[in-house]
Amino acid sequence: MSGAARTHDPNKLGRSAEPNPDGPAPKRVVVSYGFWIFLLSDFILFACFFAGYAVLKDATAGGPSGKDLFELKLVETETVLLLLSSFACGLAGIATLARDMRWFQIAMAATGLLGAGFLALETYEFLHLIGEGAGPGRSAFLSAFFALVGCHGLHVLLGMLWLTTMMAQAWAKGFREDILRRILCFSLFWHALDIIWVALFTMVYLMGVRG
Amino acid sequence: MIRDPRLAKIAARFACLGSCVVLSACEPGILDPAGPIAAGERSIFFNSLAVMLAIVVPVIILAFAFGWWFRAGNTRAKHLPEWAYSGRLELLVWSIPALAIMFLGGIAWIGSHDLDPPKPIASKARTMTVEVVATDWKWLFLYPEQGIATINRLVVPVGTPVKFRITSAGVMNSFFVPQLGSQIYAMSGMDSTLHLRADKAGRYRGLSAHYSGEGFADMDFFVDAVPQASFDRFVATAQGGQGKTLDWNEFVAMAHPSRNVRPASYPRLQSGLYDQIVMKNGAPEGEKAKDGREQ
Amino acid sequence: MSFTGKLGWDSIPFHEPLPLVSAGVIGLVLLGVFIWVWRRGHLPYIWSEWITSVDHKRIGVMYCLLAGVMLLRGFSDALLMRSQQAIAYGNEGYLPPDHYDQIFSAHGTIMIFFVAMPFMIGLMNFVVPLQLGVRDVAFPTLNSVSFWLTASGALLINMSLVIGEFAKTGWLVYPPLSELRFSPGVGVDYYLWALQISGMGTLLSGVNLVTTILKMRAPGMGYSRMPMFTWTSLASNLLIVAAFPVLTAVLGMLILDRYLGFHFFTPEAGGNQMMFVNLIWAWGHPEVYILILPAFGVFSEIISTFSSKPLFGYRSMVIATMVICILSFMVWLHHFFTMGAGADVNGFFGITTMIIAVPTGVKVFNWLFTMYGGRIRYTSMMLWSIGFIVTFVIGGMTGVMLAVPPADFVLHNSLFLVAHFHNVIIGGVLFGAFAGFTFWFPKMFGFTLDETWGKRAFWLWISGFYVAFMPLYVLGLMGMTRRMQHYDVPGWHPWLLVAGVGALLIAAGIACQVMMLYVSIKTRADRIDESGDPWDGRTLEWITTSPPPAFNFAVLPDVKGEEAYWGIKAKARENRALSDRPDYEPIEMPRNSPTGIVAAFFATAMGFALIWHIWWLVVLGFFGAWGTFIVFAWRDKAEYEIPVEEVERLDQARRRSKATLLDLPEEALS
Repeated sequence: MSGAARTHDPNKLGRSAEPNPDGPAPKRVVVSYGFWIFLLSDFILFACFFAGYAVLKDATAGGPSGKDLFELKLVETETVLLLLSSFACGLAGIATLARDMRWFQIAMAATGLLGAGFLALETYEFLHLIGEGAGPGRSAFLSAFFALVGCHGLHVLLGMLWLTTMMAQAWAKGFREDILRRILCFSLFWHALDIIWVALFTMVYLMGVRG
Repeated sequence: MIRDPRLAKIAARFACLGSCVVLSACEPGILDPAGPIAAGERSIFFNSLAVMLAIVVPVIILAFAFGWWFRAGNTRAKHLPEWAYSGRLELLVWSIPALAIMFLGGIAWIGSHDLDPPKPIASKARTMTVEVVATDWKWLFLYPEQGIATINRLVVPVGTPVKFRITSAGVMNSFFVPQLGSQIYAMSGMDSTLHLRADKAGRYRGLSAHYSGEGFADMDFFVDAVPQASFDRFVATAQGGQGKTLDWNEFVAMAHPSRNVRPASYPRLQSGLYDQIVMKNGAPEGEKAKDGREQ
Repeated sequence: MSFTGKLGWDSIPFHEPLPLVSAGVIGLVLLGVFIWVWRRGHLPYIWSEWITSVDHKRIGVMYCLLAGVMLLRGFSDALLMRSQQAIAYGNEGYLPPDHYDQIFSAHGTIMIFFVAMPFMIGLMNFVVPLQLGVRDVAFPTLNSVSFWLTASGALLINMSLVIGEFAKTGWLVYPPLSELRFSPGVGVDYYLWALQISGMGTLLSGVNLVTTILKMRAPGMGYSRMPMFTWTSLASNLLIVAAFPVLTAVLGMLILDRYLGFHFFTPEAGGNQMMFVNLIWAWGHPEVYILILPAFGVFSEIISTFSSKPLFGYRSMVIATMVICILSFMVWLHHFFTMGAGADVNGFFGITTMIIAVPTGVKVFNWLFTMYGGRIRYTSMMLWSIGFIVTFVIGGMTGVMLAVPPADFVLHNSLFLVAHFHNVIIGGVLFGAFAGFTFWFPKMFGFTLDETWGKRAFWLWISGFYVAFMPLYVLGLMGMTRRMQHYDVPGWHPWLLVAGVGALLIAAGIACQVMMLYVSIKTRADRIDESGDPWDGRTLEWITTSPPPAFNFAVLPDVKGEEAYWGIKAKARENRALSDRPDYEPIEMPRNSPTGIVAAFFATAMGFALIWHIWWLVVLGFFGAWGTFIVFAWRDKAEYEIPVEEVERLDQARRRSKATLLDLPEEALS
C-alpha cells in the first residue's frame, strides 16, 4: 500500500478530475489519428466523384449505358482479388506484431501481387471499353464512370508504390518505431480502399447492370 | 483624442450614403422599377434593409458608445474586470438575432414563392412568349408568335406579360433587365423560364449579368416597352424587312463570336429553332470561340 | 511531340509590356535582395533556420510573409482594375479585355488563396501550439511540406505573368467558359495546377492542425479551457479537411475535361455545367468561414486582452463557432439562386443562410459585452477590432439582404455583391489578419511594431475601404454588373472615380504598413519585449519568452482553468512568488529537414510541365517528389536533443523576466 503511494507522482494528485490529465497523446496515437483524418478527407473526395456519377449516370448522350457495358464476372473477380489483398495486408499486420520479418515480407508481397492483379483486370476492363468506343470521351456518363473507378485505381496504384517502399524500408531498417507507425497507416489506407471499392461495386456495377 | 476623427467619419459616411440615394435617382436601376416583378423585388429589398437596420444601427452605436465610454482613461466608467457571464444577456443575444431572422426568413420564403421566375404573372392581357439566346457576345430574341427575330434589341408591348424562355449557345450568361426585375442564367442545353412585365413605356437597359469572356462588356441591349399599336407596327416593319430567314445555318453564322453588334432583325423565323438550339446545346460542332490565345 | 511541349518563344507576352515590365522589376528586386543576403553571408542562416525549418513558429512567420508579398501583387491588380474602370467610360480604357480579364481573375484567386488563406494559416500555425501549451504541431515536417506546396502554387501564379497567360474566366473558372473549347490557352491550366498543388498543402495543414488541437494539449487543457482563437482554428481546420477535397475533386474533373477529353461540364455529350457550380460552391462557401472564423478568434483575443477582461460568454462563443462550422455546409446554393432551382429550394437555402447570421450576431454582441465594464487600451489592434465590428455588421447586413432570393434576383453578380464580399473579407478577414499580426508580432520577433505608423495605416485603410466600396453598393443598385472592361452609362462614371480614389487611400494605407515594418525594424533596439508579455495577455503564448525558444515551454504548463496564463499570473501576484522551480529535463525536438522545399521544387516543376504539356518533366517531377519523401523516410535520426543545461539556462532567464514583469522580489524565483 505504502509502496504504491510512493510511486504515485505527487504533482498529479487530484489530477484525475482535471481534463486531459496526461497532456499530449503519444506519437503512435497522434500519427494514426492524423492519418484517419486524412482518410476521412479522402472519403469526401470520393464522395464528390460518387455524386458526379449519380448526377451523370443517365447522361449517356445516345451512347451505351452501364447495363450495356458492365460485365459482373470480371468485376467480381476484381473484388475477390482486392478483398484477398486486404486479408494479406491483415496478415502482414499480424507478422508485424510478431516482429517476424520473413512473414511480413511474404504477406506484403502477397498484398501487392493481389493488388496488381486487381489493377491488371481494371486496366483490361478500361482498355476493352475504350476499344469498344465506350471511352471517357463518349458521354458524360462514361466520363463520370472512368473518373470514379479510375480515381480508386489511382489510389491502389499509389498504395502499391507505398507498399513496395514499406517492404524495402522494413527490410533495410527493421521494425523501427517510426516504421511501425507507417505500416499501421499503410494498412489503414489499404483497408479504406476496400471500403470504397465495396461502395463502388454496389453503386456502380450492381446497380448499373440492373439499369 | 480618437473620438473626433471617428465621429467625423460617421458623419461623412452618412453624408455619403445620403448623397448616394439622391444621386442614384439620376441613373435608373433596380430601385426604379418599371414593372410588377421589379417593384416587388424593390419592396422586399427595402423591407429586409429596414429589418436589418433595426439591429445594425444600434449595434454600431453600441460599439462606438462602449468603445468610447470604457476607454482606459475614463475613471467614471463602471469597472467589471471579472464580468464574463450573464444568463439573461446570453438569452437576449441569442434571441434578438433569432427573432429578426425568423421574420426575415418569412419574407424570404414568401418572396421566393411570389416572385418565382417561372411563375406566370396574373394579368388580363394574354401572355406573349419571347425566346432568348445568349451567343458570343450578343443577345438573340426570337418571337415565335410573330415569326421574327431581333439582335440586341427587345421590343415588348406595355402591360403584356412576357414569358421569356432563356438558353445559351455556348458559355453561361445571365439575362437581366434591371428595371424589369429578376435575372436568370442563360445556359447551353438548358431552357429557363422567366416572366416579366413592363408597365411603363420607355427604353430600358438590359445586360448580361454573368461574365462570359472577351466581349462581355459589350453584351448589352435595349428593351423598348411600347404601346400595343407601336408593337404591331414594329412587327409589321420587321416582317417586311429585307434579310434572310433565321434558320439553323443562319443561326450558326450569326452565333460566331463578335463584339459590339448593332441591333438588327430577321423578317422570318424557322419554326422550332429555339428548341433545336436547346437540343443541340447550341454548340455548332467544331466551332472555336476566340476567347483565349490561339495555339 | 516537342521537347518543350506547348512552350515556345511566342508564349512570352511581348505584346503586353505591363506584366513583363512589372515582372522584370519584381525579378530585379528579388535578385537584389538575394545578392544582398548572399553578400552579407546570411544565406546559410536562412537555409538552415528558415527554409528547412520544421518549427511551427518559423513556418507560421513564413506563411505570413508569403501572404504579405502576395497582398502587394493582388493589390496592384486591384489598382489596375479600379483605374481601368475609372477611365473606361465610353472608351476602351488602357487595358484591353484580354488583359483586364486576366487581372480580375488573378486578383480574386490571389487574394483568397494566396493572401487570406496563408495569412490565417500562418497565424494559426504560429499561435495554436503556443496557446495549447505544447512544443510543436503534430507533424512538423509535414507542416513544412504544406507551406512550401502553398508557396509553389503562388510561384506558378506569378510565373503566368511572364510565361503564357492567366485564366480569363473569373476566379472560379465556371465552365463551359473554362473548357478547352472556349479557353484553349494555358491560363486556366495555370489556375488549375496552382490550386491543386497549394490545395494539397492546405489540406495537409488542416489535417495537421486538427490533429494537433484534438490530440496534443498541455495537461489540464480541456476543450472547455481552450482559448477562443484555438477554438476557431479548430473549426476552421475541420472545414478545411471537409471542404478542400471537394475543391480537389471538382478541379480534378475540369482537368480531366481539359486534358483527356472527358465530358463532366462540357455543353456536349451530356456534361452538366450546373454540377460544377454546385460542387465549387460546396467548397466555396465553407471556404468563406475557413477565412473568417480564425479572424473572429483573433478579435476575441484582442478585444478581451485590451479591455482587460475575460471574453464575455465563452460558452456561447464556442457554440456559435461550431454552429457556424456546421451550417456553412448547408448554404452553398445561395451563390446561384438565379440558376432557377425553384421557389422551395431557393427559399430553403435563403433561410439556412440567414440562420448563420444568428451565431454571428451572438458573437458581435458578446464582443460588445466584453468591452462593457473594461478599461480599453486603444492600441492599433483595438482600432482594427472596432473598425471590424462596425464594418462587418454592415457587410453582414448586405449579406443577409443578398440571402433573400427575390432581392438576389436583382443584386446577383452586381457591384452590390462585390461591395458585400469585400465588406466582409476586408473588414473581417484582412482587418483580423492585420490586427493578429500586430498582436503576435512581438511574440514572433521579440519586439513590438510601431504604433504611430500602425494607426496611420488603420485610418487610411478604413477610410479607403469606405470610399472605395460604398460607391460600389450604389453602382450595384444602378444595375452595374461586375467584371466590365468598359461601359457607356454616364451615371456610373462619377462613382467609379470615387472608388478609384478609395483604392489610392488603401494604397497609402499599405505604404504606411511598409513604413511601420521599416521603422519598427530600424528602432527595434528600443522596442524589445523583455517580458514576453507586452499586452498583459491572458493565454499561454504570453507565458514564454518573445521569441519563444525552439521548444516553446521548458516544462509543459499546468493548466488550471480558462485563461491559463491569467490564472498563473494572478496566483504569482497573490503568492508574491512564481511557481516552484521545476525539474528540468533534456528536450527532444524534430530535426530540420529540406524535404518541404525539395518536394515543392519537384511539385512546381511537375505543375509547370503539366501546364505546358512537357510530359517527360511531369514524370521527372513526380518521381523527384516521391524520391524526396523516400530520402526523408530513410533517415535514422529524426530528432535532436536540447541539453538540460541549455533548457535550464533559457528557462531561468524567462523566470527572471517574469519576476520583473510581475514586480516580484528576487527570492520569488527559487
